[in-house]
Amino acid sequence: MTNGPLLFLGIFATLASSFWGLVLVPQLQLGGQEQVTNSATFGLYPQPRSGSAKQGAEIYRSLGCVECHSQQVRGLGNDMARDWGLRETVAQDYLGDYPVLLGSQRIGPDLANIGARQTNALTLLHHLFNPKLSAPGSIMPPYRFLFEEKRLKEDEKPSPEALVISTDQTRSEVLPRPEATALVDYLLSLRADAPLYEAPFLKPSTNAIGAVSTNTVEAGSTNAVATSNATPAAPLTVPPK
Amino acid sequence: MIASASSECSAAVTAGAVERRLAPSEIDVSCRGPLLLLFVSGLSWLVLGLLLALISSIKLHAPAFLADVPWLTFGRLRPAAMNAILYGFASQTAIGVSLWMMCRLGRTRLLFHTPLFLATALWNSGVLLGLLGILSGGSTGFEWLEMPRFVSPILFLAYALIGSCALVTFYVRAERSIYVSQWYLVAALFWFPWIYSAANMLLVFFPVRGVVQSIVNAWFTNNFLGLWLAPIGLGSIYYFIPKLSGRPLYSAQLAAFGFWTLALFTNWTGLTKLVGGPVPAWITSASIAANFLLVIPLLCAAINWHLTLRGLYWKAKSDATLRYIVFGAASYLAASVISILLGFREISGVTHLTFVEAAQVQLALFGFIAMALFGSLLYIIPRITQREWPSARTARLHFRCSVAGIILIFLSLAAGGILQGFGINNPSAPFLDVMKSTIPFIGISTLGQLLLVAGQMALLWDFVVLLREYAAPLRKTTLGWVMNSEIGKGEARS
Repeated sequence: MTNGPLLFLGIFATLASSFWGLVLVPQLQLGGQEQVTNSATFGLYPQPRSGSAKQGAEIYRSLGCVECHSQQVRGLGNDMARDWGLRETVAQDYLGDYPVLLGSQRIGPDLANIGARQTNALTLLHHLFNPKLSAPGSIMPPYRFLFEEKRLKEDEKPSPEALVISTDQTRSEVLPRPEATALVDYLLSLRADAPLYEAPFLKPSTNAIGAVSTNTVEAGSTNAVATSNATPAAPLTVPPK
Repeated sequence: MIASASSECSAAVTAGAVERRLAPSEIDVSCRGPLLLLFVSGLSWLVLGLLLALISSIKLHAPAFLADVPWLTFGRLRPAAMNAILYGFASQTAIGVSLWMMCRLGRTRLLFHTPLFLATALWNSGVLLGLLGILSGGSTGFEWLEMPRFVSPILFLAYALIGSCALVTFYVRAERSIYVSQWYLVAALFWFPWIYSAANMLLVFFPVRGVVQSIVNAWFTNNFLGLWLAPIGLGSIYYFIPKLSGRPLYSAQLAAFGFWTLALFTNWTGLTKLVGGPVPAWITSASIAANFLLVIPLLCAAINWHLTLRGLYWKAKSDATLRYIVFGAASYLAASVISILLGFREISGVTHLTFVEAAQVQLALFGFIAMALFGSLLYIIPRITQREWPSARTARLHFRCSVAGIILIFLSLAAGGILQGFGINNPSAPFLDVMKSTIPFIGISTLGQLLLVAGQMALLWDFVVLLREYAAPLRKTTLGWVMNSEIGKGEARS
């Protein structure tokens, strides 16, 4: 082969074919998607996230949570039997996301429906602060840098949003920084659970995701804290919501 | 160039010059400055990237390790390591190797030293800023495009300079016939700016909505490996196999058929990464079909290489470069077969989103691309500096460490990933138990990472020693010149 222009033309045409087929055509097919009516609530779906959840999405992106957590319930494999969702996730579910973080690795559980599985913000905060408290042996790193430890003055009452309060002579409490609260707001907003025309529920919806779950984090229990050496002698008081 | 030996005379005529043909050593020397800079920075990024990868691998079995440093959290380390390896090492070294092959095959000197130096400096500062951006939390969130948005124009500009230099070098070649390696190089040099700019435009600057982002991202990552790094790796395999075995390539027709089928099908395979995901089924189906068709170029390459080398494999024992090239070629075949297998829905139902896919990428990236590049470096560096490698022992150590590391990483991740895939698909197995069962395998892969980085450190050390030896006479003359002029000044004053 000695014909330079012909070589160049071929090189151009091959990539042009996939750029057309795998980039432009999908954009033509999906780029014009709009919100649809949620047949369960008669509202529009997907709803835009709250301001705090939007900030949380930025924290999620910035910390690279996607390196371990996917956000997709696949039609492949056994995701639904694992209670990761009542139905497959479809393009409609990601309409408002930027960046869309489907993930390419499941070192941690799928989070497409974490907000439906786990509705308690405090449990999620505990899990971020020290995953081993709520899930002994967890391989998730602790995100202590999203929290701050505050010394309590004498007679000062612990803040209502305090996570761990130690009542011994040091008297201190652990407070979530705004980043942690925002991240948890984002996690709570993650639920792809509107029945859609293209993705109806395959399981009876009475079996709500949050009600029965085999692999979600259990609420931080006082026992777990007492036996943990991460926070020695730190009785956990769960403040009223 | 061996295949085209017959047309050398006509080439001299078409070049329109009566000047004598350039000797290979003259071409090598003309490449010296820019290539040394590209190679030494490439290897430094490789060592840094592998160190980051090692820390992130340790974190998988010891999550509390360095957990309180936000800059070194797992989710930032891993993309930083990948970006250092992909942009800092692989792309940069591949560019250097292609420039050299372009000159050798086209029988021209490497011109444009100043633009090349500038572009290399720009590229390296871009990579540095990008890594700092990722580690400080500025990741874009798109796989292999994590560097913050202000970095991609820097990298693109640097590439535009280097790529134009390479293409002009190709255009003004004295040897007019075009060898197989040049097809791959020209293609890669043209494809990279397209995929890189298109992906950045559609994801970062004027983002498309919803899952189209994931589609564009999958198209980009597949093509980054398959249409940018792999063709340069293949180019060097097609260059060195005939050259070092001393036997012309078995069939140029077969190579041409392999090239065009590879160019067409690799393009379309990207979306196997989204199998079962929230995208229209036709997209993944088209990719799965293209993925299966990759068998054709794979067989073409395997047959062509084997028939060229048949009966000459023993040469790899004494020839270090050939050893690397043969290992790289074998890894290319293995990684491609695995990638074809992982495309089938029955298999991807288990392996998708597990360590198995990471294992395949590691095999393709290190086993094939990096090893082909190392082989080329081993050949090129002594020729452009006109110095021998300081230590044959280090070179052997580098080969052994690299091979052992790559095999350990690949096998352990693949085994752990299969366990992970079956475990996740079994709803009665608690998720955490599944992940704990993979930890011993992750431990073995950390060991592999350690071996790999040790080998690369040895290579970099050797390279630095060589450079110092090379620079020593230069330093002496400079020093002597400075001192002489000092003396001269003193004499003049007195």
